[in-house]
Amino acid sequence: MNTQSNAVPDSPLGAQGIAPAAMSVTRPMYWSVRRELWENRSIYIAPLAVAGFALVGFLIATIGRSLSTPDLAERRTILEEPYSFATALIMGAATIVALFYCLEALHGERRDRSILFWKSLPVSDLTTVLSKASIPFVILPGLAFVVTVATNLIMLLLSTAVLKGSGLSAAALWAQLWLFQMQLLYHLVTVHVLWYAPIYAWLLLVSGWARRAAFLWAGLPPLAIFIIEKLAFNTSHFAALLRYRFTGPEEFDFTEPGSSFALHPMMHLNLGKFLSTPGLWTGLLVAAIFLAAAVRLRRYQGPI
Amino acid sequence: MKVIEAIGLRKAFGATIALDGVNLGVDEGRILGLIGPNGAGKSTALNAILGLTPYQGQLRVLGRDPWSERDQLMRDVCFIADVAVLPRWMRVSQALDYVAGVHPRFDRAKAEGFLAKTDIRHASKVRELSKGMVTQLHLALVMAIDARLLVLDEPTLGLDLLYRKQFYDSLLNDYFDRSRTIVVTTHQVEDVQHVLTDLMFINRGRIVLACSMEEFESRYLELTVRPEHVAAARALKPIHEHQVLGRSILLFDHADRQQLAALGDVRTPGIADLFVAVLGNKVGQAQGVVQ
Repeated sequence: MNTQSNAVPDSPLGAQGIAPAAMSVTRPMYWSVRRELWENRSIYIAPLAVAGFALVGFLIATIGRSLSTPDLAERRTILEEPYSFATALIMGAATIVALFYCLEALHGERRDRSILFWKSLPVSDLTTVLSKASIPFVILPGLAFVVTVATNLIMLLLSTAVLKGSGLSAAALWAQLWLFQMQLLYHLVTVHVLWYAPIYAWLLLVSGWARRAAFLWAGLPPLAIFIIEKLAFNTSHFAALLRYRFTGPEEFDFTEPGSSFALHPMMHLNLGKFLSTPGLWTGLLVAAIFLAAAVRLRRYQGPI
Repeated sequence: MKVIEAIGLRKAFGATIALDGVNLGVDEGRILGLIGPNGAGKSTALNAILGLTPYQGQLRVLGRDPWSERDQLMRDVCFIADVAVLPRWMRVSQALDYVAGVHPRFDRAKAEGFLAKTDIRHASKVRELSKGMVTQLHLALVMAIDARLLVLDEPTLGLDLLYRKQFYDSLLNDYFDRSRTIVVTTHQVEDVQHVLTDLMFINRGRIVLACSMEEFESRYLELTVRPEHVAAARALKPIHEHQVLGRSILLFDHADRQQLAALGDVRTPGIADLFVAVLGNKVGQAQGVVQ
């Protein structure tokens, strides 16, 4: 779940052996991330629950439907269908959890006054904000990937059993799965982490700044800018900018049917094009500015 | 080196001046009580010392600038800001794990030893504990940290007498030694009278009294005057006078004990009585005790 866990011994006595410099960076970071997982168990419960539902659905509906089809070719087609759907459900759950998590991350600790406890420990504001940012940027995509792969694998094993029972080979399904998973990983990193980074960073910043109703503050300023721009200049560049951020560059519109969740093979080939999209880099720059502002803000913040 | 050294510490919130040029020096091994009415600037002063709020003027805590080096400073400084700041969702075992994880000077065995003397179970969540138990837990965490400065801001607010007594007893018996320093603010001054080594009154962002407890005991006397000597006692210029059950109680600064003893019963006043005398509505007299 977390690569840093390898570097950190579990026993507190082990800390004595670590060089102070290493101690000051990795250990507080590791424990801060664990702390987030303790507090927000929905981070792993939601994707797992959705995966469970998808599996039950697969077991009842798909397997049942395929077994009731006498046509063997159709039986195979039915079994191939639900992979994208299950993947989309898990990713959707992870994204929703990420959005709500970000809005709450720096707000909850001020509301329940626990910020005074966190600040009484030798953990810097930078470490705290980065540990919170790691949830939407590292933990949730990683978790979504692992859960999706595991779910697909279970589905595949079930399909294989059904196909074998019908005297069919499942080799084609297995071959597709590998490619599918690589595409999924690519999709997660490019779209969910890199492209959407400024959205998550904005929500984190708002959660650190708003005294109440962080949800409203996240949406109102963009809406206000849109309205003012519309009234003053009768243009909608800002809305276009937001749309661009949510849907992606035209060349690979994430929301176009068949491209986002089915993970169009062309996306896989377009890494160079993706990396040379200016919007990617301005987005990452904006995300970095938002996060830096959130770190700075946390220094000034106390209980609300 | 002073543990805390402030020169001309100032802090304003808009037009409200919370700290108005405070000078402060706290030596190692002292237990300082910072006493003042609500809104006097106590918490602001502590927040500045803890790096929780920016300020004007010079401030060094253990040689560091708290505002820019908070995370470094917190290796040597602990604080209990209030009774209710431990996150309610956290389990006791998680609190131990987390502090052990991030704090290089935390002795987990020691914390578990303190907890073993209480009814707190490791599997409990903070929200399931009573207010007194949460304070015990926080104190167990803090006392297991080998820190040089402990700051307590109203640590026993809302606790019953038994927990309060236990809190200060543990602090003195199990934690405090001459190499540590404690700064405490509280409204329950009678609880800390015999705990403190130094006393400081703060009002409207200014320090109005600063003395050691030895000095306090030698300087201030409270006279329960016999009715026939009231006029004579008043002639000795008490700094405060109030009536209890029809008898006049007079508070003196720098008076001759022998002389007072002839007029009634003499004893060392409570901090609360001096507090009322100094910060009561008689502003002119309050100025008289400023050092």
